[in-house]
Amino acid sequence: MYWEPDKECMDREELEQLQLERLQSTLNRVCAHVPFYRRKFDELGIAPEDVQSLSDAARLPFTMKSDLRDNYPYGMFAVPLREVVRVHASSGTTGMATVVGYTRNDLKNWSNLVARIITMAGVTKDDVIQVSFGYGMFTGALGLHYGAERVGASVIPASSGNTARQIQFMRDFKSTALVATPSYALLLGDTLREMGIPVSALSLKWGLFGSEPWSEAMRKEIESKLGIVATDNYGLSEVMGPGISGECLERNGLHFNEDHFLVEVVDPETLAPVPDGEVGELVLTSLTKEAFPVIRYRTRDLVRMLSGECPCGRTGRRMSRVLGRTDDMLIIRGVNVYPLQIEHVLMEIEGTEPYYQIVVDRKGAMDEATVLVAAGESIFFDTMRKQKEMVDRIRAKLRQELGITVEVKLVERKSLQQFEGKAKRVVDNRKL
Amino acid sequence: MLRVKNLQVYYGMIHALRSVSLHVKEKEVVALIGANGAGKTTLLSAVSGVVRASSGEVTLGGKAITRERPDRIVRDGIAHVPEGRHIFKPLSVEDNLLLGAYHRYSLAKRSAVRHEIDGIFSLFPVLADRRKQVAGTLSGGEQQMLAIGRALLSAPKVLLLDEPSMGLAPKVVKEIFGHISKLRAERGMTILLVEQNARGALAIADRGYVLETGKVVLQGPSEDLLANRDVQRAYLGRERED
Repeated sequence: MYWEPDKECMDREELEQLQLERLQSTLNRVCAHVPFYRRKFDELGIAPEDVQSLSDAARLPFTMKSDLRDNYPYGMFAVPLREVVRVHASSGTTGMATVVGYTRNDLKNWSNLVARIITMAGVTKDDVIQVSFGYGMFTGALGLHYGAERVGASVIPASSGNTARQIQFMRDFKSTALVATPSYALLLGDTLREMGIPVSALSLKWGLFGSEPWSEAMRKEIESKLGIVATDNYGLSEVMGPGISGECLERNGLHFNEDHFLVEVVDPETLAPVPDGEVGELVLTSLTKEAFPVIRYRTRDLVRMLSGECPCGRTGRRMSRVLGRTDDMLIIRGVNVYPLQIEHVLMEIEGTEPYYQIVVDRKGAMDEATVLVAAGESIFFDTMRKQKEMVDRIRAKLRQELGITVEVKLVERKSLQQFEGKAKRVVDNRKL
Repeated sequence: MLRVKNLQVYYGMIHALRSVSLHVKEKEVVALIGANGAGKTTLLSAVSGVVRASSGEVTLGGKAITRERPDRIVRDGIAHVPEGRHIFKPLSVEDNLLLGAYHRYSLAKRSAVRHEIDGIFSLFPVLADRRKQVAGTLSGGEQQMLAIGRALLSAPKVLLLDEPSMGLAPKVVKEIFGHISKLRAERGMTILLVEQNARGALAIADRGYVLETGKVVLQGPSEDLLANRDVQRAYLGRERED
C-alpha cells in the first residue's frame, strides 16, 4: 500500500531533478530571510547559485544543535511569526530547548509525509490508532496524530503514562495500531502479562515505534508480547519531527522521503561523506519547509545507508535503524567503533544474548579491545570445542563488521549485570 | 518532458537568471510567476533559444537543446508564444496559421497542414469566422488565440506561453485561460505558462515556480503556492483571510 505512489516510487532521475530544484529554492529563501545562513554562506564565500548539483551540497555549511540554541527562540525562522501556525520545541534534556515552527503548508506536508510512513507500516483508514506518545511540545505525538488523521484512521490521543488506563483503552476501543516508544511498548506488554490479560483479548495488529534507538531483539520481544507487526520510523523535531523515514512491511531499512529531505551520511570526525554501507552521522537538509528550513543539519544519529532496491517498489533510499549516537563513538586503533555495531553482530549469532561489554585497554602503544559476550545457558554445557568455535565465529564476524580484530570472551549474563539500571556497554581503561 | 538545469543568463552586466532549474512533465501545466523584471520572459526566451544562456542546460525529452538555433528548437518541438502575440498583422488569419507550419511545409504535406488548420478553427471557432480577415483587425483576445493557434501548427511537444492574458479584458482573460486548460485536456499539450496574473495562472496550473530577481524562491503544487502568504501578498494582490 502506498499513500502517494507517484512520489514514493518516483524515478530516481526525476527525483534528483526535483531535489535540485527544491534545494536551490530553499537556499535562495534562507539566504534572503535567515541572517544566520546568510552570514555562514558569506563566510564560506558561497552564493546559492553556486549550488548546481546535489553533490555541491557538500560545500554548504553544517548546522549544529548549538546553532539552533544560539538563535533561540525564533532566530532561525525564515518567515515572520504571523505566518507560523504551530510551534514545537525539542526536549531540553541536554540544555536549552530548541524551538521550531510550521506554516500552514508545512503542517500539510508534514501530515502527508507521516501518512506515507503510517501507510507503509500497514495502517489504513480502517484502523483504530492509539497514540501513546506524550502530547505537548514534543513533535512525536502531534506529528503521528495528524498523519493518522490524514490517512483517515480513527485516532485515540491516549498520550503517555497511566499504563493500566492505556490497556483499558486498547481493550474497550479495540485499538488495532499502537504508536509509542519501543520501551513503553515493552512496558505495556509486561503490564498485560502482570494483569493476566492475554494478547488475544486485544485487537492490536500494528505497532509504529520511534523516537529512541532500539534493536532487532527488542522488536521480536515487542512483537511476541503484543502480538503485532512492529515497524521503526525516524524523525527529529529540529528537521521536522516524525515522517523523515520509516520502515515498510519488508522491514529491511527505513525509506527516506527524499522528495522532502536531502540525505547525507558523513564521518563524524572528518565530515567527509562515507560510502553506502558504512556507519556515519546522518545529515539532513529540508527541501520544502517554509517556516524552519535547515541546511545540512547534523543529527548526531549514526546510521548506514543501505544499497539495493526494496521489493516494496518504493525508490526512496533506505537507512539502517539508528545504530547509536555520535557521542557513543569509540576510536580503537584509529578505527571508529560504535557499541551498537557489536550488538547487531551478536544478534545474528545463535546462542548469544544481546548483552555485552566492550573493555578497551592500552598495552604499550596499542589499543586492545575485548568484547565480553553473554552466552545462553546451553553453551556452557557444550564442549570446549564448541565454545571455541562460537568465539571464533563471533570474532570473525566482528572483524568483518568493525574492520579490526577484537578479543572475544564468553561470560555468563549475570557477570555483566553488576550495574544499576542501564547496562554499561563500554569500559575504557585507556589513559588518554 | 522539458527540463531546465542551472540556467544562467547575463544581459551585459546584469545577471538576469541565477541557476534556475525547473521541469515540466508531459501533459502538465506549469506556471511561472513573479514580478516585472524577475526573469520570466528571459527564461522562456532562453528555452526557445532566442536568448543565449551563458551556462546551464535545457533538455527536451532527454535531448539537450541548449546550444541549438531557435529554428532547430522549433523543429525539436518547442513553440514559443511571445509576449505581445507578435502576429503578422497585414496577413490574413489563415496565412498566419500557415506560417506556423513553415518549417515542415511542402506541397506533399499541403493537405495535411490544411487539415490541421481546420483543427485550429474548431478549437477557436471565432478564428474560422475570420479566416480571410487581416489579422491586425482582430481583437486582443482573438489575436492571442491566433498566436496560440500559429504555435500549435509547429506541432510542438511543449508550448511556452508568455503573458497570454496581458492587456485583455477580464472576461476575455477567463476565456483564454479556459482555452489553455482545454489544450491540455483535449490535446494533451504540455505547457509552461508565464503570467503576471498569478491567481489565474495558478488556478489552471498543476504546479508553479515563483521567480524573484532571477532566482526561484518557491516552487510546489499550485494550491500550496496559493496558500503561501508571501505569494498572496506579492502576487495575488490581497491576503486571504483565515
